Amino acid sequence: MAKYAIRLVALVYLLFLLALPVGLVGWRTFENGIVPVVESLSSPEAMHAFQITIVVAVWAVVINTIFGVGMAVLLVRHRFPGKRLLNATIDLPLAVSPVVVGLALILVYGRFSPVGGWLDERGVQIIFSTPGMVLATVFVSLPLVVRAVEPVLAEMGIEQEQAAHTLGASGVQTFRRITIPGIRAALIYGVVLCLARALGEYGAIAVVSGRLVGQTQTLTLFVEERFQNFQESDAFAASTALALLAVLTLVVSKLLRPKDAD
Amino acid sequence: MAIEVHNVTKTFGVTPVLRDVSITVAPGSLTALLGPSGGGKSTLLRVIAGLENPDSGTVTINGVDATRLTPQRRNVGFVFQHYAAFKHMTVFDNVAFGLQIRKWPKAKINRRVTELLELVHIEQFANRRPAQLSGGQRQRMALARALAVEPQVLLLDEPFGALDAQVRKELRTWLRRLHDEVHVTTVFVTHDQEEAIEVADDIVVLADGVVEQAGSPHEIYDNPANQFVMRFLGPVTEIDGYLMRPHDIELSATPKPDSSSATIVRVMRLGFEVRVEMTLDGQDAWAQITRSAAERLGLKAGDTIHIRPIPNAKQLPVAVA
Repeated sequence: MAKYAIRLVALVYLLFLLALPVGLVGWRTFENGIVPVVESLSSPEAMHAFQITIVVAVWAVVINTIFGVGMAVLLVRHRFPGKRLLNATIDLPLAVSPVVVGLALILVYGRFSPVGGWLDERGVQIIFSTPGMVLATVFVSLPLVVRAVEPVLAEMGIEQEQAAHTLGASGVQTFRRITIPGIRAALIYGVVLCLARALGEYGAIAVVSGRLVGQTQTLTLFVEERFQNFQESDAFAASTALALLAVLTLVVSKLLRPKDAD
Repeated sequence: MAIEVHNVTKTFGVTPVLRDVSITVAPGSLTALLGPSGGGKSTLLRVIAGLENPDSGTVTINGVDATRLTPQRRNVGFVFQHYAAFKHMTVFDNVAFGLQIRKWPKAKINRRVTELLELVHIEQFANRRPAQLSGGQRQRMALARALAVEPQVLLLDEPFGALDAQVRKELRTWLRRLHDEVHVTTVFVTHDQEEAIEVADDIVVLADGVVEQAGSPHEIYDNPANQFVMRFLGPVTEIDGYLMRPHDIELSATPKPDSSSATIVRVMRLGFEVRVEMTLDGQDAWAQITRSAAERLGLKAGDTIHIRPIPNAKQLPVAVA
């Protein structure tokens, strides 16, 4: 009896929290058939928002992958003063509200700050432009790759790498042929999580982008703008597109994972 | 000499692990580094491989000073206790790894790897992953992988330590035969004195980061330099203030010149041999004799027996440490 009660609670909980809202978005999107959906998604603003979202997400994922793996290697394989501090700092982006992250970036890179001003004089604009949005996205998704890779790297140990060294492999060869394949599954998982987070980022992006329609508007910002302007069909179409992207990344990660587990 | 280690010192933090260690390994020999856990034997092996840097001292391999060379450039084969198999590669690719790094042509690699897999008897598993092999098979794969690059010296760190007793025994006999075939200078670390005596040409006993004794298995067993070596290499018992081997004790029913009398506490038959436990002036001692000798004497608990060391028995005074 208790078993069924627990199942029922879990199902009802999921229904009201996840299935119902997402389902309703999907239903509202396609309530007038597929033609209006295609129309709203193929508007120049929507297409541009798509493009910006992808560009920002891909850059953020690339940067986080490189720094994530490097940071994980540093934390697992090396001992140095300040390691505990670094370790604690990596989780900070998860604790700090993205809006705060955005504001902090404006304080450093805004045109009226020393750093931002210096860059601006040389024609580099960070805030209200793509680099700032990439920075913000990198910041909020910083821990995802590091934390995914770290335990696997620790579990893997250093013996395989040492064996490769004694067999004549250089540091680069060992990293490419032993370390990376060894952490592949975890790395893919981290990258997918990071990608999903980057695609859905709203708070920090909202602050640093300036929400310039057709310029720095990402899909999430597009949804919000259209919703505020009572263009609900546009908002729902873009929402469904975002949700499908998220589902797609998760499916891809699930497909990639079991192959590696042996 | 194939390997010369001169005055090597190594400290981890404040703990000295190797203290002024010097050893030499003859070309083509099979040498055991024997000692208790934490004695520094693995560290010494890793210093020879270049996986650890000594604080001071030098390592020479085939006449070349290798002290500052990276492991990559030493051309040594290293086999780890826990195999260090490349988990994401097939058995074939594991063995081929060093050759691919050396950019051998594909056909030559194929030939060499097949040859090695046959040598270690795992040719039928070439396309499997290491996870699909047993421990003994994985260790043979690791050995083939190390031998593939034709190393100047082969270093084995407790190679059979993670295997069960039966496989251990098989593999060490097999290692001895393999060495007689391949003749590469080999050093292996073990804490099992039986393994060292059975397999090695030479034994170096290491304890507390110091070489206690080096020599052939017979020399070390029959002529231990000190009490530690004597205790470590085989069973000992203490009689009249002397440490001796329990099989070096002669038992008789009647007093003999220089014999002492003891009271039998227990007679234990362990297959062919018989273990006689006794007390001697309130001290526990034991002797190891054959079953026929025990039957001849008709030993049983409570009897008084006369004991003395056999001629030429190795004895070390206990008082002098």
